[in-house]
Amino acid sequence: MRTILFIIQKEFKQIMRNKGMLPIIFVLPLLQLLILSNAATFEVKNIQLSYVDYDKSTSSKELVDKFRASSYFAVLESFPSKKLADEAMEKGKVEVVLEIPLHFEKNLIKDKKADLAVYINAIDGAKAGVENVYVNQIVGQFNQNIMLKAFQQQGQMARPMQVTTIPSFWYNNTLNYKTYMVPGILVLLITMLTLFLSGMNIVREKEMGTLEQINVTPIKKHQFIIGKLFPFWVLGMVIMTIGLLISKFVFAVPLIGNIGLIYLFSSVYLLVILGMGLLISNYTDTQQQAMFIAWFFVVIFILMSGLFTPIESMPKWAQNITLFNPIRYFVEVIRMVMLKGSGFKDIYFQLIIISLYAVLMNGLAVLSYKKTN
Amino acid sequence: MEREKIIEVKDLTKSFGDFTAVKSITFDVYKGEIFGFLGANGAGKTTAMKMLIGISTPTSGSATVGGFNVFTQADLVKRNIGYMSQKFSMYDDLTIKENITFFGGIYGLSRKQIKEKIKQVLVELDLEQVANNLVGSLPLGWKQKLAFSVALLHEPKIVFLDEPTGGVDPITRRQFWELIYAEANKGTTIFVTTHYMDEAEYCNRVSIMVDGTIEALDTPKNLKEQFNVDSMNAVFLKLARNIE
Amino acid sequence: MKRFIGFVRKEFYHIFRDRRSMFILFGMPIAQIMLFGFAITNEINNVNIAILDKSKDAETKVIIGKISASKHFNIENDILNESQIESVFKKGKVKAVLVFEKDFARNLATQKSGTVQVISDATDPNTANTITNYTQAILQLYQKELNKDVQTPYQIQVQSQMYYNPEMKSVFNFVPGVMTVILMLVSAMMTSISITREKELGTMEILLVSPLKPIVVILGKVFPYIFLSLINAVVIVVLSIFIFNMPVEGSLFLLGLESILFIITSLTLGVLISTISETQQTALMISLMGLMLPVIILSGFIFPLSSMPLPLQVISNIIPAKWFIIIVKGIMLKGVGLSMLWKETLIMVGMALFFTIISIKKYKIRLE
Repeated sequence: MRTILFIIQKEFKQIMRNKGMLPIIFVLPLLQLLILSNAATFEVKNIQLSYVDYDKSTSSKELVDKFRASSYFAVLESFPSKKLADEAMEKGKVEVVLEIPLHFEKNLIKDKKADLAVYINAIDGAKAGVENVYVNQIVGQFNQNIMLKAFQQQGQMARPMQVTTIPSFWYNNTLNYKTYMVPGILVLLITMLTLFLSGMNIVREKEMGTLEQINVTPIKKHQFIIGKLFPFWVLGMVIMTIGLLISKFVFAVPLIGNIGLIYLFSSVYLLVILGMGLLISNYTDTQQQAMFIAWFFVVIFILMSGLFTPIESMPKWAQNITLFNPIRYFVEVIRMVMLKGSGFKDIYFQLIIISLYAVLMNGLAVLSYKKTN
Repeated sequence: MEREKIIEVKDLTKSFGDFTAVKSITFDVYKGEIFGFLGANGAGKTTAMKMLIGISTPTSGSATVGGFNVFTQADLVKRNIGYMSQKFSMYDDLTIKENITFFGGIYGLSRKQIKEKIKQVLVELDLEQVANNLVGSLPLGWKQKLAFSVALLHEPKIVFLDEPTGGVDPITRRQFWELIYAEANKGTTIFVTTHYMDEAEYCNRVSIMVDGTIEALDTPKNLKEQFNVDSMNAVFLKLARNIE
Repeated sequence: MKRFIGFVRKEFYHIFRDRRSMFILFGMPIAQIMLFGFAITNEINNVNIAILDKSKDAETKVIIGKISASKHFNIENDILNESQIESVFKKGKVKAVLVFEKDFARNLATQKSGTVQVISDATDPNTANTITNYTQAILQLYQKELNKDVQTPYQIQVQSQMYYNPEMKSVFNFVPGVMTVILMLVSAMMTSISITREKELGTMEILLVSPLKPIVVILGKVFPYIFLSLINAVVIVVLSIFIFNMPVEGSLFLLGLESILFIITSLTLGVLISTISETQQTALMISLMGLMLPVIILSGFIFPLSSMPLPLQVISNIIPAKWFIIIVKGIMLKGVGLSMLWKETLIMVGMALFFTIISIKKYKIRLE
């Protein structure tokens, strides 16, 4: 135990002394949390919409006004021709173009039917899908208004049947994206920070030659590993705490569940990540190599974590892969506990998995740390 | 009088794949002597030494250090030895005091003992002025003397020095050897590798390794007589030429 | 020149000798493209939902049938009463619950109006909103069928056309992003480390006192990475063309030139990082912690830039990745040429120059 304390003391001194690293450890992650959380949104708004009105009638104007009134769209100046509108889309100036054909109003009155062409930049397919839904909603309302007027004239007789949907958004009724992203990004930042630091740690001593000096001492493997892990574990918990304070007081993310559960889960989770870092460190010879491997895993883990894109939408085999991803579990749990108030019985499965993971990772880290070769 | 053997090495071999770095070497080191382990770069001296200090596992053969088997009792070996490597290996970003505290701590010294050691080392090496300076800011010669003292913190029976004077000026080398003599006089066994042949003259006995085998082992005086030359350097050159 | 080639050769040896790093260097783009092509999508599919049917009549059965036929939904279980909703949400098993009111069919027949409540777990606002939209669309279709006998007056029919990506494949949107992130991080990270490494090990001094000019030393160090990054870019483009049928509407030659320009911009950023960091550790943390998330989030790779708050849209302008993504999308999907992309190209050139000037300044200060 005493031996471990000496290692811990030394590690803390080295961390605190490195003036170049301190801001990277403490400021960079929190700054990113503050800034990037605002950017991470799939919400589609301010859609740049323009139109080509070949009809120039009352109806066409009314239709465009409907779009103007919508908060989803930012309606720009109209284009005199489709060709010019296409060019603007190529330049990336507009996202959606409405083309109102000649005789639009005439057809509407005569045939009770008129076509409206809509062109959408679909490079981002998901966004284009949402834009399409919004266009259809607005046109649908326009149709509905015409219909209501018509039935008011006709009387109640042939009133059509109506199915009304009442949406209700639980836990987040303003659909505020930040409450969803802040906890997730916090998890990510802590993961990256602790993985990179621990991944570089032992290999750095290898490169500097001090590891050999340690290896000729009678120190036990587990003492060394624990002494190395602990400072970063504390660091992770500190950043976690500051991050939670930021999410509470800056982003007003609700904290419905028990904060103790979050700390319980993070304390085990950090062990997984740190163990993984040390494992990488043991298997590499240079810091450059270690970072490269850590980077590889982090990127794959981030993408497969459900942080940015939903796991349910992945094919089954990919969903199964995510079961091996520790980040997935923490992202899931922190969101469940903070935003929905899930309790211990809701997350015990994730907790068991992550605990097994921690045992596995650190077991491997101790085993693979060779004092001899 | 039969002297007490403190290191006994028999048929020690180390191979890396097809390459055999150390080919079945056998020798003994007596308690309290300064044993020089000589050889050109790549002759296998560092590999052999790493087996003796328990950070490299021998492929075959046996060795005991301080009465403990390096194969099976590596931890007990480590308690009884000190080691200083050719690559300066203390923490550059810790101060002198902090380095001593750390290494003392992992060798199990008490806080009180550590305090006394710090005082003792600082006085002996005349480093009191810079006790709180980062080790990284010290000149190489000072660092090496400090590393030697750190290797002796836990008062080991044997201390292994791997090219301890690489890259320092002749005066510092001289001073360093004075430290080695002082320690040997206290009864500590010194096992030192070097490729400075003049340093070989300071040793009680030297062995010369060429291509993984020990080609000669005796006192410097006897070796010079045997090869009929007047310096260790000449001994070494003759040996190396014979092999080619 | 001969000296320069010798130096570059030494750098190549360093890089190629490290098998593990090479494996990752080339495995990374392949792994990422495969994941984005086959696994990751920002569409909403297979969402687990639950049904609370208080009516259980013929009409609700028809609607439930339609919902379960949709690829978007996956009906996980039935719920018997309202109090269960909370607990299924907390377990995270389902994302939404559809509640059919009591006597749904009768209300529809007598009062010509039926109500379906869509309760969604809005912790993920995007999924919640999309689920609601999809459900509404399904119900509207159903409503249309109900009313097919009732004569409807005027209707405007929307005919949507999806430009540049008619099948709305999400991989088309991600390929330019993956390419950007990989090129940026590989170039910036590798150069910043390899230069600081020489600094830390003291070998930089040896190189600088050699007859080589400092600029030649730096050029020699970055040159191999231009080459390696370019191979990566080629691998990504080839995979996306042959596996995901991604078109290259514009000029491949221009795409290559722009990629080299972007790689150079990233390399100069790497050099800049190395001039401000003393240790490899610092360089690594700046290039990984400092670059990774901003490049992923603020470049338009995953999240649409137009939806971000204005200050962030302004900030995104200083991310070189943003401009390169616009260029790659433009060339590959829109088929536009330099006449449309000159502005973005100039911005990248400007950034490269800026990073170079700052690096040289920093470097000079040190020498004095």
